[in-house]
Amino acid sequence: MEPSDHLFRHESGRMVATLTRAFGLHNLALAEDVVQDAFCRALEVWKLRGVPENPSAWLMKTAKNRALDVLRRERTARTFAPDLGRLLQTEWTLSNAVEEIFDATGIADDQLRMMFSCCHPRLAETAQVMLVLQLLGGFGVREIASAFVTTHAAVEKRLSRSKKALAESGVLFDIADAADFAIRLPAVQRALYLLFSEGYHGASAQAVVRADLCLESIRLVRLLAEHPLGATPPTRALCGLMYLDAARLPARLDAAGDLSALFDQDRSRWDRQMIAEGRAWLERSASGCELSRYHVEAAIASVHADALRFEDTDWSAIVALYDTLMTIAPSPIVALNRAIAVAQLRGAGRGLEAIDAIAGLERLAAYPFYHAARGELELRCRNEATAHGHFQAALALARNAMERRFLEKRIAACATSERSAV
Amino acid sequence: MSEFLYLYRGGQRGGSPEESQQIMQKWLAWMKDLTTSGNLKDPGQPLEAEGKVVTGKGRTVTDGPFAEAKDLVGGFTLIEADSLANAAQLANGCPILEVGGTVEVRPVMKMDM
Repeated sequence: MEPSDHLFRHESGRMVATLTRAFGLHNLALAEDVVQDAFCRALEVWKLRGVPENPSAWLMKTAKNRALDVLRRERTARTFAPDLGRLLQTEWTLSNAVEEIFDATGIADDQLRMMFSCCHPRLAETAQVMLVLQLLGGFGVREIASAFVTTHAAVEKRLSRSKKALAESGVLFDIADAADFAIRLPAVQRALYLLFSEGYHGASAQAVVRADLCLESIRLVRLLAEHPLGATPPTRALCGLMYLDAARLPARLDAAGDLSALFDQDRSRWDRQMIAEGRAWLERSASGCELSRYHVEAAIASVHADALRFEDTDWSAIVALYDTLMTIAPSPIVALNRAIAVAQLRGAGRGLEAIDAIAGLERLAAYPFYHAARGELELRCRNEATAHGHFQAALALARNAMERRFLEKRIAACATSERSAV
Repeated sequence: MSEFLYLYRGGQRGGSPEESQQIMQKWLAWMKDLTTSGNLKDPGQPLEAEGKVVTGKGRTVTDGPFAEAKDLVGGFTLIEADSLANAAQLANGCPILEVGGTVEVRPVMKMDM
């Protein structure tokens, strides 16, 4: 049979999570070795004999057998999972305990335990996201480096330090403790949100890498949303937000592979099924009285999805939603997006005024799309020379070839506009 | 048509799950091509790295072979081809070559009557 796309990657996350439960969080590196070994075996056997009927079960069984070997061999030399300690001591209880750990019904919970453990408050947010990517998403160092546009060595160093901190943090997070769960939940939601944003807005020029990050965040947020304690209104809203935004991914690159701005996108390429899925989650998120930033951002994405043409966008609804977002989660980026919406609703001049009024404007100086937004609005006010300057500033900050090509086209548009004015 | 044995040696192990899967998918595609072209006699088997070596008149059994990873036979496949040149040509597509491994092509001796 043909293995599904990313089978190894997805199984890797499940296997690391389950093995860590057997070995204990302090033996994380051992769990990763066993998983690596299982993939080597799969590769060796499958490449000649073909992929088995149930590849996931084959991999899990291989990992289980290997785990049993390790536990038998090292049970006197190492300590393993503290809560299983005694069970792992005798042969008779050992195999029963391992069977139970590898029981397929517990795999979703194992992944949640790992997800919550990765979002330890001692770790910086970027470190949390990288850990989630590697341990749950099965991404390799090279792939993470490519997503974050940084070097292999930098990611390796960061990951090894974070894993050390994680291993030292003691035991796996206890997802059965409702109070602890509720306390850690916002950090987990935030890490998944950042993971998705890295895919959606990130600097990587590789569209494939970015789409993988978005789809991985959706897989993980669904795990959270399917757990009784995880399925809070903000989790559901986050799930809706991811689907609604990811629906636009197919249209973000035009036929030539160049970046396509929202006003330019071929909306027939938006994924209608994802939009429907996102709306369903957004509806399910509407219980309770808590209005999270995820609710508001999902609502904004939903308004965009409603408009079959850019001209049909309900800008007054969008400005109102950004106003709300500014009260819940104010940031210069949110304010910039609000200003762009204001420009659509009340004209480019008002948009520029809104940009000038942004608190903490200097924090946007290194962000290429801040300068591009200014350029766009100046261009609409027919201040071609000023617009040109802003696009140049954006170009100097562009993070990859795709962004550069996009900005070069806008610079060319300034020249065209100037000529047509004469 | 004559028979040939492919002996696979070396090739990098490890890499990320995604990289491993991509390598595997190349193997599956290559095997499929050999099947379609009618050259695959038997896909063969992978071999474990460890084993025993039995030596001499004293039948001494030692652990082994402990060759360097690049020299160790990791698996084999039985091929049917017109000639040794043709069999070697077919081995060009083997994905092990992309990860630093080698394919040794050996004609199976014919039993002429």
